[in-house]
Amino acid sequence: MSKEKILEKSFLLIALSSISILALIAFFIFQQGIPLIWKVGLNSFLLGDRWFPSKESFGIFPMIVGSFWVTLGSLIVGVPLGVACAVFLCELTLPTIAMVLRPMIQLLAAIPSVIYGFWGLIVLVPLIRNHLGGPGLSILAGSLVLGIMILPTIISISEDSLRALPRTYKEGALSLGATHWQTIWRVLLPAARSGIVASVILGMGRAIGETMAMIMILGNAAQLPKSILDSARTLTTNIGIEMGYASGDHRQALFATGVVLFFIIMVLNSLALFISKKGRA
Amino acid sequence: MGSTSVEPFAEALAEEYMSHHGTEKIFVQGGGSSAGIQAVRTGSAEIGMSSRSLMDSEKDLIAVPIIYDAIAVIVHRDNPLNDLTLDQIRRIFSAEITRWNELGGENHPITLVTREEGSGTREAFQKLIMGKKEISLSALVQDSNGAIRQVVADDRNAIGYISLGLVNDRVRALKIDEIEASVENVQHHRYRIVRPFLFIFKSDPQGLAKDFLDYILSPAGQKLLIQEGLISMNPNPESQKVARR
Repeated sequence: MSKEKILEKSFLLIALSSISILALIAFFIFQQGIPLIWKVGLNSFLLGDRWFPSKESFGIFPMIVGSFWVTLGSLIVGVPLGVACAVFLCELTLPTIAMVLRPMIQLLAAIPSVIYGFWGLIVLVPLIRNHLGGPGLSILAGSLVLGIMILPTIISISEDSLRALPRTYKEGALSLGATHWQTIWRVLLPAARSGIVASVILGMGRAIGETMAMIMILGNAAQLPKSILDSARTLTTNIGIEMGYASGDHRQALFATGVVLFFIIMVLNSLALFISKKGRA
Repeated sequence: MGSTSVEPFAEALAEEYMSHHGTEKIFVQGGGSSAGIQAVRTGSAEIGMSSRSLMDSEKDLIAVPIIYDAIAVIVHRDNPLNDLTLDQIRRIFSAEITRWNELGGENHPITLVTREEGSGTREAFQKLIMGKKEISLSALVQDSNGAIRQVVADDRNAIGYISLGLVNDRVRALKIDEIEASVENVQHHRYRIVRPFLFIFKSDPQGLAKDFLDYILSPAGQKLLIQEGLISMNPNPESQKVARR
């Protein structure tokens, strides 16, 4: 065998090993989680609203709802801000200013989530508790913090897709007499739509997966939240907060929560891939 | 092996013990009270650790209480209430009482704070206070004594429970049925929200197991546990002072 062939084979091996780690993790989660879902029944696991593992009731519906509300809330906060920021960086400011701002935004992604959580706990939670009522540890606080956490994802991918547009779009619109604002709103944003949607879905994936900050800010009550000032528990925080002492069926139920999370993330990522591919074609 | 509530203390004790007895080795493992009791029965462990009492079916084993942990019900410093009955606490945590003014307090909703499922403190609270009633699902859940104390210290309307040794001046421990949560009241069996930490043996402890148990029950061993905020039932004023820092 030539030297080149050997190198080729060894690189293949390295690539495969990293994929096999993913496969092993998936296998382990499923192997641990599926028996419990089988035992409890898929319906009562997904739709049951009572979570008392010590009394053998395993209903994760409140956590699914919790994840949904917190994620939706974070998108309401993060998407308008993020897209507006991308438009600003791309169209409305001088390249030199954008060059200063861009690394600062990327720095947002480098802040550890426990710091976001701590900030939320110390600053936002008391504000909400004192001015709006409730325990402060709430969906509202969680959404605000998550909304900021997903900004870097949304801004950088939206900006890339705006920049990838052919210059002719902008020039054409302007030469037809459209104002700069009309060009952005009517031509550039619709043309970059698929990239922006993909950025939103990736941000959504980040929001659903976030754990540490949410454990600190959401209050973790395993209830069906009735308002945005109520405490909630997400799928990830359910695992994070209870894994310490869980054993037996309880531990398996946490893995089963992971299975559900796995499916949600898979669907979101495939969706993002599909939309961004469609946009390019 | 056994209870995860006892595990950290047993580890500290074993470490200290081994540092004085060069060649002896003690391995400490968690897994939960029931697993620990089971392990003693099957012989895979010499000593079981349990933070609950033995059930009737387990009475053939020998349980030795090594130390006690009291659970205090805590509220915000500015909460005007000082005293609740056991029944009131039960109804607060099962969300039958949801406002402080129903108890003669301020006109605010009550914020419940509890430990997560699986925690030994929660299990003890459930057994000693709640009985058959469930802790409401609307309760905020925090995964450590410290986190509960933090939430209660910050929220005027909050009520929670933590180990007595961890109560500090940022929160206030309530009297229960007019009895103050204090080391003395625990030792005189007046304050009842107390759980024993037990060592479980298959038969009378011998050899290394006996020696280790003797060490734990000795003043040196008890002092180490008292420093961790636990309560010795041997009233020894000298050593108890440490716990009340």
